[in-house]
Order: sequence, then C-alpha cells, then structure tokens
Amino acid sequence: MLELSNISLTFNEATADEKIVLEDINLNLKKGDFVTVVGSNGAGKSTVMNVVSGSLFPDVGHVSINGNVVTALPEYKRSRFIGRVFQDPMAGTSPTMTIEENLAIAYSRQKNRTLKLGVNKNRRSFFQSTLATLNLGLENRLNMKVGLLSGGERQALSLLMATFTNPDILLLDEHTAALDPSRAELITNLTKKIVKETELTTLMVTHNMQQALDLGNRLIMMDKGQIILDISGAEKKALTIDKLLHEFQRIRGQQLNNDRAVLG
Amino acid sequence: MFISIFNAVESGVIYAIMALGVYLSFRVLDFPDLTVDGSFVTGAAVAALSISNGMSTIMATLLALLAGFIAGGLTGILNTKGKINPLLSGILMMTGLYSINLRIMGQSNIPLLNEQTLFTKLVDGWSKLGIDRGISSLLNSIGLDRVPRTWGILIVMLIVTFVIKLVLDYFLKTELGLALRATGDNENMIRSFSANTDHLKILGLGLSNGLVAVSGALYAQYAGFADLNMGIGMIVIGLASVIIGESVIGTKTITRTTLAIIVGAIVYRIVMTLALRAPFLDTGDMKLITSILVIAALIVPKIVTGHKETKRKKLKRLELEQRLKGDA
Repeated sequence: MLELSNISLTFNEATADEKIVLEDINLNLKKGDFVTVVGSNGAGKSTVMNVVSGSLFPDVGHVSINGNVVTALPEYKRSRFIGRVFQDPMAGTSPTMTIEENLAIAYSRQKNRTLKLGVNKNRRSFFQSTLATLNLGLENRLNMKVGLLSGGERQALSLLMATFTNPDILLLDEHTAALDPSRAELITNLTKKIVKETELTTLMVTHNMQQALDLGNRLIMMDKGQIILDISGAEKKALTIDKLLHEFQRIRGQQLNNDRAVLG
Repeated sequence: MFISIFNAVESGVIYAIMALGVYLSFRVLDFPDLTVDGSFVTGAAVAALSISNGMSTIMATLLALLAGFIAGGLTGILNTKGKINPLLSGILMMTGLYSINLRIMGQSNIPLLNEQTLFTKLVDGWSKLGIDRGISSLLNSIGLDRVPRTWGILIVMLIVTFVIKLVLDYFLKTELGLALRATGDNENMIRSFSANTDHLKILGLGLSNGLVAVSGALYAQYAGFADLNMGIGMIVIGLASVIIGESVIGTKTITRTTLAIIVGAIVYRIVMTLALRAPFLDTGDMKLITSILVIAALIVPKIVTGHKETKRKKLKRLELEQRLKGDA
C-alpha cells in the first residue's frame, strides 16, 4: 500500500550546518497495517511523515502509494489519498469557520471543488451522524466556530475530518502529544476505534512508548535518520517498554563500538 | 446639506463594490493587497476608453472586470509562483499598473461628459417613470427645498451592489469558496485536504481586483471622467470601509460582514462629507482624517470592551468583599 524505497534526505548539504535527516529508509506497509513509529527528537520520524505527505521531497528514493509512484507529486495532489492529523490541535481545522464548514472542506477532498454549496441538507445530516460517533455532542453544534472548541474537541474533529472520506493512508503526527492525559486517552481510543472500523493503513508517530505498544500491529524505532528496529505480529504483542529500551541500547551500543573500531 | 449627504451615499454605494473586493483579499485571504490603487484606475481607464470608442456601457464595465481580474491574478502569481512577499507583490503591481493605465488611456484624463454612460442612460429611463417628481414633492412638503435631481442612480446602484453582495455571500459558501476562506485561515490545513492554495490565492486576488475595477469603471461613468490619479489612496478607503463597517455592524456571519462593508463604505463617505463642511478643514486634510477614522475604528471598540471588562471585574470584587464581610 505504502512503499518507501531508498529514501535519503540531507539538509544544508556541503555547509557547516549539514544534517543528514534520512539515510536510506526502506519501509513497506501492507493494506490495513497500523505502524507506530518511536524515536528520540531529531531521529527523523516527522521527516518520514513529511516525505510521505509531500511537504518534503527526498534527495533520492521513491515513495509509492497503492502501486503508483508519487515521489514528485505535490502535497495538495497527494492529499487526495492521504489523511493527516498534526500535533498541534489548532493545525488541522480552520478556526474562523463553523464545524459543518470544516467538515465540508474535508468532504471535498477526493473531488474537484465546484460552485455547489459546501453544506447542503443531505451533507448536513451525514455530518451530524458522523459527528455523533465521537460522543462529544458536536453534532448539536454544527454552526459553532471551530476556534471556540477545546483542544481535545478540535483534535477529535481533526481526526474525524482526516478519516471519514476513507483515504488510502492515515498519517498521525504525535496527535495526542499536546493534550492532557484524559483527552489524550480519548483521542487514542478514538484512533483505535476508527482505524479498526475502517481498516486504514496507518503510520503514527508518538513519543509515548506505552501508546506505541498498545496501538497497531507493527512498531518501528528510528534513530539518526535510520530505521533501527522493526517489530511486528506476535513479537510486537510481547513487547514491553523495558524490552524496547534494552533493544535500543543493544543496537546503538553495538554501533558505538563499531564507530570506535573505525575511528580507532 | 441634504444634497451633499445624498451625493455621499450615492458615491459610497459605488465605492462599496471596491470595499467588497478589499474584504475578499484583506479579510478572506488575509492578504494585504495594494494592487487596488492601480486596478481601480485600470477599471476606470478600460471602461472610459471603451465607451469613448463606442462600445456598449455594459460591455465596457465587463471588460473592466476582466482587466481587474488579470491585474489581481498577476499579483497572485508574483506572490505564489515568484514567492514574493504579499505586500511587495501588491506594491510592484500597483507601480507597474500606473504606467499601464497611462498606456491604456493615452493621456492622463479621459472625459466622458459628452458620452452616453450607464448612468446617463439610467437617468433618462428613470425620469420617464416619474418617481423623482413624487419623491421631490414629498421632500418639499416636509420643508426641504433643495432636492436631489434623481433617485435613479442611488436605487439602481443599491440593487447592483446588493446583487454583488449576495453573489459573493453564496460564492463564499460553495465548495470553492470554503476552500478560499480556509486558505486565508489555515493554509497548511487546506493543503492537506487536497486544495491547491496557489491557484486559490490567484483566483481570490483576481476576483478581488475584478470587483475593484468594476467599482472604478462605475465611478468613472458616475463622475464623468477617468483620471490617472483617481486611485491614489483607494486601498486605505477600502480598508477604512471594511474596518468601520465591521466595528459598527459586526462580523458574526459572512452575510452580516458583507452588509457591514457596504454600510462602512457609505458611512465613510458621509463622515468625509461632514468633515469637509467644517470651516477649519480643507480638501488636503482628507487623508489625515481617513487615517484618524481608521485608527479610531480600530481602537475605540477595544477601549469599550476593556472598559466593560474593568467594570465587570470591579463588580465581582465588590461581591467578594461583601461575601467576606458577611462571613466575618
């Protein structure tokens, strides 16, 4: 479904600020895969997301979705089949527009926008029934400006907007990180429910190890622009935070020794 | 007095179309577009040239719309494809348009006094209806002896401006219009919903300057001439109309906001007319008065809300003191 092959990306190449952000990334997601991505700050997790979504273009390598190579496709074209939720609850919605208008924008994702009204009777009742699945009472506030909603409500709405048109791929970029624990749990549960029901192929970045273990069928760990760990299936189910940290130290420790050997 | 206020309202309704254009760029797209100073004249120039060459007045006005659309679209292209800062794109376009406008007109002023314009035709048709005589005698009977020559221009322009307003209201609620609004509100978000924000900005600025040019074309026909310098300060007048209207009427919904802008444009003209009547002010002071007016419209509402807030807190404090006393 989603395939990244030999992706490399360097910022400010051949200057003092040179930074290798991705180094030969290869990743293949099957349809319905739910992959969680962990790693420290600067490991390249968000960059992978941006390369998939098209807001960054790799120096070399290919991105293909559903068998079509999309490497050169700009973000707005790719977003026809990619749903995305950002870390900042303010980022995924338009604050001065109403809830139903925001939903109408998401609704038009897969078609050409025309001079037909964005919100009509049929769509309004569809929006209402979709919003009801969130259990936040938003279905009774269709004409409220989104800027007046709380962060948790906005993030729930963003999640709904990203998924209710059934995109091919869902990208979640630390989408619970800015919320308080109870709201984060709400969004996590919603994510679990939505992904399960729609069988979306999902890539989720998180800093929360427990969340990375609880969600999804596959876990990837990144460090210094590389994928250093890729665990799925039964092995992933048996994973604990301790094991994960231990594994990280084992791999990186080895590398450290290798580096020493080279330098020495 | 009554006549000069009447004339202020009349021209205010024509300027309101320009203000709706400024609203589209400044508020909806969040793009401070200075092209307006140039595209207003472009509209006037294209219409004046076409009319004096014998084109029908409606065609001439539509041609002005097209010319304005192209000018605005070019500003959009400078900004999106050329990655030039919004303010600078507008300034560059405005400066360039000055020369282009002179080229269109061939001279710095085209008189239309001897031509049939939209308004001369309109007044001719209107006077046959006999409504003016009725209104005049009504006004005479309440003690006004100097009455406007015709009500036709005002009434027809009100209808035209409101039709434009209603079309704009509808457009901003269509799928395309929603995407345009989201572009000004949260560009990253709308891009992640498969909208080409570059194209939307070009379209939005084109429509905005199209409206500005129509306003210029109508104003030239109303005033009876097109002048190379008639656009100077137009953007500030547009902003003044938007800001005054919004603070008087409010911005709760799109429909209300566009109404606010029409009202703002008329109020602006009336205030200017009244200011001109003050014995110690002359025409040269008008720009300063415009600036002061805009500043006042921006600051006064804040002072009022601030004042209300202080009052509310004071009441709360008194309540608390009372309660503490009661407990003690």
